[in-house]
Amino acid sequence: MKFLPTSDADRTEMLRAIGVSSVDDLFASIPAEVRKPADLPAPLSEIEVRRMMGSLASKNANARESAFFLGAGIYHHWISAVADQMLYRAEWLTSYTPYQPEVSQGTLQSIFEYQTHICLLTGLDVSNASLYEGASALVEALLMAARLSRGRNKAVLSAAIHPEYRETVRTYFEPLGLTAVEVPAGPDGATDAEALRAAVDDDTFAVAVQSPNFYGVIEDWENGSRAAHAKGALSVAVVAEAVSMALLAPPGERGADIACGEAQALGVPMHFGGPVLGFLACRSDHQRQLPGRLSGETRDAEGRRAFCLTLSTREQHIRRERATSNICTNQALMALAVNIHCSLLGKRGLRDVALQSHAKAEYLKGEIARIPGYRIPFAGPTFNEFVVEAPERAAPLLSRLARGGILAGVPLSRWESDSENRFLVAATEMNTREEMDRLVAALAAQGSGAPSSGRSQ
Amino acid sequence: MSVEVEEKAQVRRRDRLHPESRHEPLVFERSGEGKVGYSLPPLDVPETIAIPDRLTRSEIAGETEITEVEVARHFTRLSKLNFSIDQALYPLGSCTMKHNPRLNEEVARLPGFAAAHPLAPEEVVQGALELAWRLERVLAELTGLTRVTLQPAAGAHGELAGMLIVRAALEKSGNPRSVVLTPDSAHGTNPASAHFAGYKVRELKSNARGTLDLHVLEEAMTEDVAGLMLTVPNTVGIFENQILEIARIVHAKGGYLYCDGANFNSFVGIAKPGAMGIDVMHMNLHKTFSTPHGGGGPGSGPVAVAEKLVPFLPRPMVERRPDGTFFLDYDRPESIGRLRTFLGNFGMFVRALAYSSSYGNRIGEVARGAVLNANYIRAGLAGVYHLKYESPTMHEVVFSDRMQTEHGVHAMDIAKRLMDFGFHPPTISFPLIVHGAIMIEPTETETKPSLDAFVAAMREIARECEEDPAIVTKAPHTTPVRRVDEVAAAKNLVLRWKP
Repeated sequence: MKFLPTSDADRTEMLRAIGVSSVDDLFASIPAEVRKPADLPAPLSEIEVRRMMGSLASKNANARESAFFLGAGIYHHWISAVADQMLYRAEWLTSYTPYQPEVSQGTLQSIFEYQTHICLLTGLDVSNASLYEGASALVEALLMAARLSRGRNKAVLSAAIHPEYRETVRTYFEPLGLTAVEVPAGPDGATDAEALRAAVDDDTFAVAVQSPNFYGVIEDWENGSRAAHAKGALSVAVVAEAVSMALLAPPGERGADIACGEAQALGVPMHFGGPVLGFLACRSDHQRQLPGRLSGETRDAEGRRAFCLTLSTREQHIRRERATSNICTNQALMALAVNIHCSLLGKRGLRDVALQSHAKAEYLKGEIARIPGYRIPFAGPTFNEFVVEAPERAAPLLSRLARGGILAGVPLSRWESDSENRFLVAATEMNTREEMDRLVAALAAQGSGAPSSGRSQ
Repeated sequence: MSVEVEEKAQVRRRDRLHPESRHEPLVFERSGEGKVGYSLPPLDVPETIAIPDRLTRSEIAGETEITEVEVARHFTRLSKLNFSIDQALYPLGSCTMKHNPRLNEEVARLPGFAAAHPLAPEEVVQGALELAWRLERVLAELTGLTRVTLQPAAGAHGELAGMLIVRAALEKSGNPRSVVLTPDSAHGTNPASAHFAGYKVRELKSNARGTLDLHVLEEAMTEDVAGLMLTVPNTVGIFENQILEIARIVHAKGGYLYCDGANFNSFVGIAKPGAMGIDVMHMNLHKTFSTPHGGGGPGSGPVAVAEKLVPFLPRPMVERRPDGTFFLDYDRPESIGRLRTFLGNFGMFVRALAYSSSYGNRIGEVARGAVLNANYIRAGLAGVYHLKYESPTMHEVVFSDRMQTEHGVHAMDIAKRLMDFGFHPPTISFPLIVHGAIMIEPTETETKPSLDAFVAAMREIARECEEDPAIVTKAPHTTPVRRVDEVAAAKNLVLRWKP
């Protein structure tokens, strides 16, 4: 076996040194009645594994070989060749959590730089080393706010937060006896500021609003912040399209106490939804309740700058059931990808990518709005994603287009049974005008004459 | 050799190996006004900002201005400050630092996987769904359990999923109960996960063998106990040889037996958890199935369950229709819901399936190699380092610093000194039931010469502890930075660079 480097002669010598006659003797403590070999096929060679994987991969439409407009929490942005090739380096790929700082300065400094990028983007003071992904990052943000509130039990969530994020919140909240109240979006697609204010009471520990929200509409986080602060709760800003932070007012400047969400758009491939990474940042007053790993600057015995994991007394390996979270790791390799990506693009590039994404989406939105039978139901400003209402059911329409090489959007019917004709369309710097025109032409061709069954506002 | 002489020799040596400065500035400190590290095509649509001014920002103050050349060099230099498994033995106990097959990296990057979107119409992502379904079948076969959710992003996430599943099942039968039992040898994530699943945690004291005491369990296992979270083999590397009796005691009171599968690599392909009476179990694809650790993530923590727990698995599950096509089944009314977005860390599924396919029905050799290597190290260090438990151990062995503390040397010092010998240290200070623990897990992908070199280094350090303890307590001497002041880091928090 090519991954097993022990020769027969070595094994014989090792068994002699151990004082047993066979490897089987070392398994004597496993009861005989539970021992069962694996009923799996014979081992495959590298050629066969590659063939099998090539065959599976070829059955998937992908962004490099189609006109691609899917978003809803996972976005197709440009990633420099430098970034991915760096991720292949064994020193990044095959190391582990930097428990021993003297031999892990690369990872620790990379995390420290990642934390800095997230602080600059969010306008907040402190970022952790990353979390699993966006939905669990929102959960961790809310649980952090709950701890800081010392005994409050209710979170107020905009219903325009990504539905899978909200579902994740419900899963985590239920056993802890916390409740989440949802405030719907108004006719412009943005969360109703008045309803938000009305939903917050003295038992509320946090108000969470996503921008751009699930419908792509840009929210003003100040609405959430004002509603939260009026009752002594914390304001949580949620971001699922992290590129937007380069163009939109950062959460920290709109009153948010905590910002969280999904950072995949900043240099991580879509990976069919994972691995991606969640980000979580807060004001320095709250940093001791921040869950997850943190890299901090310090000195070595000779006075040189060095980095190490810090504030670990918050964490499960020390505090066990009293820890701020049960999480044990971060998404270090994804955080490295984000660090490389943000470093390369920098001040100007991050903004350029955001501007191009926005301009392309505006163009596409305008063109789709002109197709007879199609309309843009929400008037609120959008960043790079928007809802389209088709004159027919969206899911079958999108499936037809996908078979023709156009991944045109994500149907809302997956989450909202009364939005059968609606779908989300995203554009990024990766889309060409030619592609967008092709999508518009395809929609126009599909849309003609089909009966409408959708709800209108 | 005195510390001073040794240090000077090592400074000379490291200067030859590292002609460049070992201090790498922050990427922000390399920034220079007007430098650019990217290029985009010219905008082919009208330029516009259709957003009210108050909702936009002008610039990201402090962000970098830097070229690709400098970025490539910065991250290459930084990488060289890391120890990695490709360099040498990385015996971090409980973490399973084994070789990561490179083919798996290559196939995970195929555009059909890396550039596939989780919300594309199902008929155009059949390959991705089939891959997840096939991985589930492999994991179900290896665990001897019925179904597997691939959703959890890491081991701790899997623990939480597993305990929420137990809670949902108990709730359905009328009472979620309020207590979860964990042995005092458990990973810290176990009590933390049980807490976040809404349970109080009761810790069970291990016996003199280092295993669970059946009397202690019997006494603690009441009808208010939801279940026992047990690491198999446990964190001192000992297989609970009374596992069947343990399962019987837990089941007799209507509780569930949860298996922390972090150590599955020591019996994968040899024995099946399902046959042991385990009801629910998480696995770490980044341990047993060799997906790379990436400096601390991403991981993946699938959870396998017995038949009776299947209805409660998270949404969605991948199912196969009679016509052979695959789909995502969201219609699971008793499901605990979701623990994250989408299907899970799919990129890790690709690697894990590639890995398990490479071994196929010979995957038991992974466990055999891991257990052989760990026992070889145990034999090589017996008598040199103190072994608290005499019981046979599997894929790892936990020594302690008891014989060295009399010379003023602690596990931490031994760990640091190992770096000077070119090894990553073992896990130290865990498990908590062994004071001054030195937890060594070599994995199956180490050669005998590599194990011999490690044993020789550990023996040499033990000798130094007696003859020249200062060289150990002042270690490391050859690393990119000397011993790092972690106390100062926590006292004076600097968690970011500031413009």
